[in-house]
Amino acid sequence: MNAIYSNPIPVRGWSIPLVPFALGCIALFALPAHGEQIGGTNDGLLERSLRFLSLSDGSVRMVVMGTLLMGFGCGIMGGHIVTRRLSLFGDTLSHAVLPGVAVGFLWSQSKDSWAILIGATLAGFLGVALISMIRKTTRIRQDSALGLVLSGFYAFGICMLTRIQKMEFGNQSGIDKYLFGQVVGLSESDLWTMLLSCALILLLTVFLYKEMLVTGFDSDFARSIGLPVEFLQYLLWLLLAFSVITSLQVVGVVLVSALLVIPAATASLMTEKMDRLLFCSALLGCAAGVIGSFISFLGSHLPTGPLIVLVSAAFFLVTLLFHPRTGLLPQWLSSRDRDRRILRENTLKAAYQELEAMDFKQEIVPVSQLASRRRISMPQAYREVESLVTKKFVTIHSPPGDASPSLQPVMLSLTPKGWETACRIVRNHRLWELYLTNEARYAPDHVHEDAEKIEHVLGEETVRRIERILSNPRRDPHGKLIPSQQDIERGFVA
Amino acid sequence: MKEPFIRDFDPIDTFVTPWATAADAAWNGQIVLMGFLVCLSCGLVGAFIVVRRLALMGDAISHGILPGLALAFIVMQSRALLPMFFGACIAGLLCSACIEWLQRKSILKPDAALGLTFTSFFALGVLLISLHGSNAHIDPDCLLYGEIGLIPLAENLSIAGFEIGSRPLISMLAITILVILALTIFYRQLLVSSFDLTLAKTLGLRINLIHFGLMLLLALTIVSAFEAVGVILVVSMLIFPSVTAAFFFTRMPAILLCSIPLSVIYSFGGFFLARWLDCSIAGAMVLVAFLCFVCAWVIGSQGGLLQRAPYLRRAVAES
Repeated sequence: MNAIYSNPIPVRGWSIPLVPFALGCIALFALPAHGEQIGGTNDGLLERSLRFLSLSDGSVRMVVMGTLLMGFGCGIMGGHIVTRRLSLFGDTLSHAVLPGVAVGFLWSQSKDSWAILIGATLAGFLGVALISMIRKTTRIRQDSALGLVLSGFYAFGICMLTRIQKMEFGNQSGIDKYLFGQVVGLSESDLWTMLLSCALILLLTVFLYKEMLVTGFDSDFARSIGLPVEFLQYLLWLLLAFSVITSLQVVGVVLVSALLVIPAATASLMTEKMDRLLFCSALLGCAAGVIGSFISFLGSHLPTGPLIVLVSAAFFLVTLLFHPRTGLLPQWLSSRDRDRRILRENTLKAAYQELEAMDFKQEIVPVSQLASRRRISMPQAYREVESLVTKKFVTIHSPPGDASPSLQPVMLSLTPKGWETACRIVRNHRLWELYLTNEARYAPDHVHEDAEKIEHVLGEETVRRIERILSNPRRDPHGKLIPSQQDIERGFVA
Repeated sequence: MKEPFIRDFDPIDTFVTPWATAADAAWNGQIVLMGFLVCLSCGLVGAFIVVRRLALMGDAISHGILPGLALAFIVMQSRALLPMFFGACIAGLLCSACIEWLQRKSILKPDAALGLTFTSFFALGVLLISLHGSNAHIDPDCLLYGEIGLIPLAENLSIAGFEIGSRPLISMLAITILVILALTIFYRQLLVSSFDLTLAKTLGLRINLIHFGLMLLLALTIVSAFEAVGVILVVSMLIFPSVTAAFFFTRMPAILLCSIPLSVIYSFGGFFLARWLDCSIAGAMVLVAFLCFVCAWVIGSQGGLLQRAPYLRRAVAES
């Protein structure tokens, strides 16, 4: 066990581009900021986009910085929690920190980001601890426990916030921005807290990568090799709380969980490797942040938070539909292709069996026989024969004595390509039947169904192996001839 | 003079003043009644939602109704009752259908599919409201924690010239009656399909239809309740009553009946707490529910902490 673990995991290639990214963030941050209102003027669309893209405006720089850091932090933490099936913990945590925000506000009597960070982290920890206590001491299920803590803490926070708003100093505080978020309200100290939490998240991910990986995917194994699982778990909660809290004032309570879940879920459709997943997730988070704030900058009444979420939801939708490997559309297309191929192969097999029934004395098969063997109607058989003709597996013959070619194909014969495919399918079928009877000890009358399925997917290599195991058999369990490689190559001779 | 965060407790002001005059009593009575109806209908539906492990589906639907509300408003240009109601219901059902589709069709983990869908719906709703809602009188804050204190201000519904009460109150009453009726009529089917899916299938029950019916009932309840308690606190009203009752009773009818006294406690307790602290009434109601839950957790006769203390201590000692 220890030997497995102590194998060094090579330095991850993706951590290298992160360094210039972090440096770029810091450089952007160091530029002087002017407190202009974002989107306050009535310029045209082009001028606005130029203003945004050139980053000449101080407030634009703040917004871009803020959303980049938020997307990065939430993306990476989201990757960790989504793969651990804790997506809804993020949601719960984002609601549960609300009373802490209120306490921090009350304590400092202003929107001081450090006080709020501390208060909210404590509240988040309390919430997580309460969930695990409920789980340990009651029969309440996970989802109910999450809902209880989420709404209970949230109600507590709402009570405090509504109370604060009615007090003198609460009115102009803008503390209600924590519910929906407002990116314009970001102050420089907010950005520093974000930068700090991102740096911590980056440190955790780079230096404790394999520890996090092991605890995330197999906590029992992690415990058995002596990793401090509980400690790592709490570290994860702490950083999750940091990224949630720092993002709260950009997008608000509800939408933080969207930023945790959506980029990570999109990334999990793209790859199965954890390091790539984290990288994609962070990248998607950053891209959604910047594009979302760009769109909101173009319009006049467009809120930034929802737009960021919708942009990342759009990324998700595109990935879900069109990703080459896991996308629904490519999957649907390939499964349709496969279904058609299986249909064609079944028809070819039926043609072979017809020829076999006539002891290979003729090379012409009537379509009506094909239909009755496959138990399909004549129109259906015509359609299948036509698809075989377009793929050049068969050629159509007019019946002897019929001078006028009829509209529907009546007789067909196999082309060399068709003969080869038909032989291959029949061989796969009969070989598999024989293999099941001889090696797996199936009864001969139980093997047909299984062979019907596997005949379409057996590769040549597997066939060679089975042939070797069965020492190149000639007859299947039902006494029928198994077409050999020589039969296929020799071609059909009447 | 600066007001303290926690005000001094004044029993007269808290308990007596709200009912001193007839007008005050009518006003506050409506608030408490609304709270009671919301707690009751949510608690009844919620008992089945919780045993089916759909607690967070309630959360998802309550967020998912937002784009429906916004679209209905944009299309109708008014806060007419029926279009808003239908829009919200359709959006809520669409949200739950999307979640189930994603959970079946994609390789995503179920919790990720849920978290992803409802937050996207919510974002769409917030965007629509801020695009067109400057005159919508849909205050985004109120969506999040409700405006139960303003229920008596809502327009009165009149039938045949008789004013019968404020509109949200009447529609909530109707939904509560519908919930009670539906649960009474389909009690057996719901019970069997919630606890033993295989038995329900062998009995020939239409599982999908029952599931859809329950989702519809859930969406209806949430839509009519959200105005009072907001989209996030609805979910607490769904979960708290049955989870609290389960610390004392194990049989479903008892748990269902328990939501009546619990609703009374929540609505009155929340009202008085909010009166004392001068904060959101809906928030205070949930706070009371939370406190009740914690009390039940400690003293409950079915697996409460005090009862299980010896076993828990032994378990801790062994580990």
